[in-house]
Amino acid sequence: MPAVHAEGLFKVFGRRPADAVRRLQDGASVADVRESGATPAVIDAGFSVEPGEIFVVMGLSGSGKSTLLRMLNGLLETTAGTVRVGDAELTALDAPALRRLRQERMSMVFQHFALFPHRSVLDNAAYALEVRGVDRATRRAKAREALALVGLDQWADQKPGQLSGGMKQRVGLARALAADTDLLLMDEAFSALDPLIRREMQDQLLELQASLGKTIVFITHDLNEAMRLGDRIAIMRDGRIVQIGTPDQILETPADDYVRQFLADVDRGRVFTAGHVMVPAPALVAPTAAPAQVLQTMRDTRAGSVLVGDGDGRVVGVATEDVVRTAVAAGASSLAGLPLLPAVDVRATTPLNDLLAAAAQDEVPVTVVDDDGRLAGVVPRGAVLAALGGVPRPAAQPPVALAEAEAVPPADETALITSGGIRG
Amino acid sequence: MAESSDDSGLLPRIPVGEWVDTAFDWVTENFEPVLDAISTASGAGVDGLTDALLLPPAILLAALLALLGGVLRSVRFGIASLVGLLLLISMEMWEPAMQTLALILVATVIAVAIGIPVGIAAAKSSRVSAVVRPVLDFMQTMPALVYLIPAVTFFGIGVVSGVVMTIIFALPPGVRLTELGIRQVDGELVEAGHAFGSPPGKILRGVQLPLALPTIMAGVNQVIMLALSMAVIAGFVGAGGLGGLVVTSLSRLDLGLGVEAGLAVVILAIYLDRLTSAFGQQRRGFPSFLSRGGTVTTTAAASSRSVDAPVTGATDQNARPEPAR
Repeated sequence: MPAVHAEGLFKVFGRRPADAVRRLQDGASVADVRESGATPAVIDAGFSVEPGEIFVVMGLSGSGKSTLLRMLNGLLETTAGTVRVGDAELTALDAPALRRLRQERMSMVFQHFALFPHRSVLDNAAYALEVRGVDRATRRAKAREALALVGLDQWADQKPGQLSGGMKQRVGLARALAADTDLLLMDEAFSALDPLIRREMQDQLLELQASLGKTIVFITHDLNEAMRLGDRIAIMRDGRIVQIGTPDQILETPADDYVRQFLADVDRGRVFTAGHVMVPAPALVAPTAAPAQVLQTMRDTRAGSVLVGDGDGRVVGVATEDVVRTAVAAGASSLAGLPLLPAVDVRATTPLNDLLAAAAQDEVPVTVVDDDGRLAGVVPRGAVLAALGGVPRPAAQPPVALAEAEAVPPADETALITSGGIRG
Repeated sequence: MAESSDDSGLLPRIPVGEWVDTAFDWVTENFEPVLDAISTASGAGVDGLTDALLLPPAILLAALLALLGGVLRSVRFGIASLVGLLLLISMEMWEPAMQTLALILVATVIAVAIGIPVGIAAAKSSRVSAVVRPVLDFMQTMPALVYLIPAVTFFGIGVVSGVVMTIIFALPPGVRLTELGIRQVDGELVEAGHAFGSPPGKILRGVQLPLALPTIMAGVNQVIMLALSMAVIAGFVGAGGLGGLVVTSLSRLDLGLGVEAGLAVVILAIYLDRLTSAFGQQRRGFPSFLSRGGTVTTTAAASSRSVDAPVTGATDQNARPEPAR
């Protein structure tokens, strides 16, 4: 069951909203509806948020994203459509039931923090529990734990006015976390912060999310933030959701020109990962292989180097053409004992930005390894540049799942691919 | 000119005055028990409070009031209050001053008890606000002396009429500033309350009222100041106290008595103004007593001025005794 499910959501302000919804459903344009005095803010929005997911709603100001969020917890009444939170149909609840649902199932973080200036940091963090009727000692203990999570426990007795912006928002986050609800609604939570602090808060949120596994609906106008945080992103424009997808789906196949315009500003190197651009791993050359034979294969395939591995699929080092040639000249019988270069290992989840330095140097290919250190694939330099430049990937190079790497192709073929990676 | 006389020929005379007379007669006849009850209660309230204020020796009470000022605001203010209050005693104005003080305290308590709930209702509902605002305008701008007539009609000559007029006259700033204070509370804070599932009543008590308190207290301060100015005019309907002395000095053209009574009003006014404005801002302990007007007090005073400014402008027309600011 999805944590949040919205279907056919409309919010229309102004005159005769129900009428406006009917006309929009019949295909009337927004301009037509506006003429009759109604202002549609959200038009026919529908999506599901899975438990444990960070679902980002991205849009410029006036796109209806904050209105949409406020319909998810009933701060704004829907004009049409249904919202379900877990098994409860929020849009059908009366006021007391809605309050109970908010107390027990959802909490919210606000753009301008919305801390109560007359309460201490601790009492702010304990607010949700206080509303729920939790006794003083318990709620203070829980609030203290939440403050510790965001690293502010030593500020518990201060007033919010004495904190900096970033710290205030940490208190806002602690207040939401102390409530210990499954669903967290974040309304432009980091938009009012300095860029550096914003980065810090994003990191902290991801870190907390990794251990807490909340369902988060996050509103932002910053696509980079959306790409950084979101498991999936919904892009809104003029009240409509124009595209829903994972960050790389959106980067790869933008739904329309509007989305494409946005993407121009995205730092692709942070969205795309090694796993996204890697190609199947070449077979590893055993240390016992004869140098002359290896050199011949390298020449045939125009590869600059080979990966030398143990029997378990782990890379022990990289033999460059020069090294192998020297070994042949010296009459060595195997690759063992040659001065191998250390492999450059990254994980499939490593963002491209973090492997640029490794990819830039010439001799050693960037190898992608799995959790056990086994080779999963290599990152061709050309693919990195193509991904950063927004060039669509050719169909011949589908993204490689980790599982596929198990089936290691024969040596000759993969040497060819490696060469493409290294020289191309 | 010829045109205007034509107009008056065309338009019928509307007997507003007669309607009002009829309405008042009707109210007097039908609500006599209610009016009597109000009369008895507020009369007893003022008399009782006056007696209580006059019970201790004048000098002791003056010292206590000065001490209160010293604790709540500053030592300097305490000393100045003591000098002023002792002057009241030496001018032999203590008894009328205490009568006036009792009258304004009773009127203020009632005005605040009515004004704050109405202000809250007006802040919550724009419709209530739209109804209340013109009524408040009417109450504030109607020449004060006109209130004397209905008050006397209902309650006769005496202190009760004084209290009722004073309440009507002093009520508006209490309502207006309560509404303003609550509306000024950051909408995101109220939204946060709702988002965590807090019921509206709890948001009002836990968020809106505490944050609006400085503004509400500025309103209470204004209520007291307006009550004081009206208490003098109430002298015309026999409310006694300093107002009575002012009326007497006017009828006898007794400049000396007039100045003495006027000076007593000024002393009372300044004392009450400073005391109540200190209430609004210094609820966290008594910083002024310890710091003798250090930074905390200075900034608090500065902010109180900016809050007061529009109100002062609005009420200047009401000839209120203007304490030096």
